[in-house]
Amino acid sequence: MVNPQTVVALVAGTLFGAGLAISGMADPERVRAFLDVAGHWDPTLAFVMGGALIPMVVAWWIKRKLTKPLVAPLFDLPGTSRLDMKLFGGAAIFGFGWGIVGLCPGPAIADLAIHPRPALLFVGAMFGGMLLYRGCRMAIPYLTALRVAAETETQ
Amino acid sequence: MTAVFAHAMPLAGLAGGLMIGLASAIMLLVDGRIAGVSGLAARVAGVGMSSAPYAVAAAFILGLPLGSLIVATWRGQVVACFPGSSLLIVAGGLAVGFGTQMGAGCTSGHGVCGMSRLSVRSIAATLTFMGAGVATVAVMRCFGVVW
Repeated sequence: MVNPQTVVALVAGTLFGAGLAISGMADPERVRAFLDVAGHWDPTLAFVMGGALIPMVVAWWIKRKLTKPLVAPLFDLPGTSRLDMKLFGGAAIFGFGWGIVGLCPGPAIADLAIHPRPALLFVGAMFGGMLLYRGCRMAIPYLTALRVAAETETQ
Repeated sequence: MTAVFAHAMPLAGLAGGLMIGLASAIMLLVDGRIAGVSGLAARVAGVGMSSAPYAVAAAFILGLPLGSLIVATWRGQVVACFPGSSLLIVAGGLAVGFGTQMGAGCTSGHGVCGMSRLSVRSIAATLTFMGAGVATVAVMRCFGVVW
C-alpha cells in the first residue's frame, strides 16, 4: 500500500511545479531579469516570493497549535538560529550559479518536462555539484588524518 | 514609465506564488517537513543528508515536472529562455548544486519556508544568495557576458 505521506508529497510537488510555470519562474531569463538591477529589471520574482510567503506565514501559525502533522507521526524540521561560514559561503556560491543561469533547483527540475535538453544539462551539473560537495566533506577529515599522521612521523 | 516594467507579470506571479506557498504549507502541516527542493532532490539522487523518506522525496520531486507539464498542456506552452552556451549552464548548475548543499537550502527551503518562519539562518542565507546573484549578473554585464 502506498504511504499517504507519499501521495501528499506528489500533490504538493505538482502544485509547486504548476505554480512555478504559471508565475514565470520556469523561465531563467525572467528570474535573471529580477537580479539584473542595472538592466531591464523585472520585479515579477518579488510578487512570487510575496505570494508564496502568505500561505506559509499562516501555516507556521497553525503549526504552533498542532502537536503533530496531520498524517506524518512527527514534525521533522531544521533548526533556525545557527549562523556560520558554511551557511554564508554556501549561499554565496549558490547565488553565483543562480546569477549565471537564472535557475535554482525547483524551476530547473520543473523545466525537465518542458525544455528537457538545457534543463537536463543543468540538473546533471547540479547533481554533480552536490556530489562534489559531499566528496569535499568526506575528504576533509581524511586529509586532516593524513596531515596528523605525517606530522607525527616527522617528530 | 510603464515601459520600464513592460514584461513584469505581477498577477500571474502572485497567483503562482500562492500555489507555491500552498504546496509548501501542505508539506509542512500534513507531512511535517520543509518543502526544500535542493534537500529533497539531493535525497533522491542519494547525495543528500535529508532525513525525508525516499518515497516522499521522490514523489515531491516527480511532481515538479508533472506540474509544469500540466500547465504547458493547458496553456500550449511555458516560455523558458536558457543561455545558449552549454558552458554557462554547466558552470551555473555545478555552483547551484555545491552551494545549496553547503548552505543547506535554496530559494524554496530558505526563501519561502525559512523566511516565513522568521528563521535567522534562512533570512541571512536568502539575503546572501540574492546579493550574490545580483553581483554576478552585474559583473557579467560589466564584462559583456550577456546571453
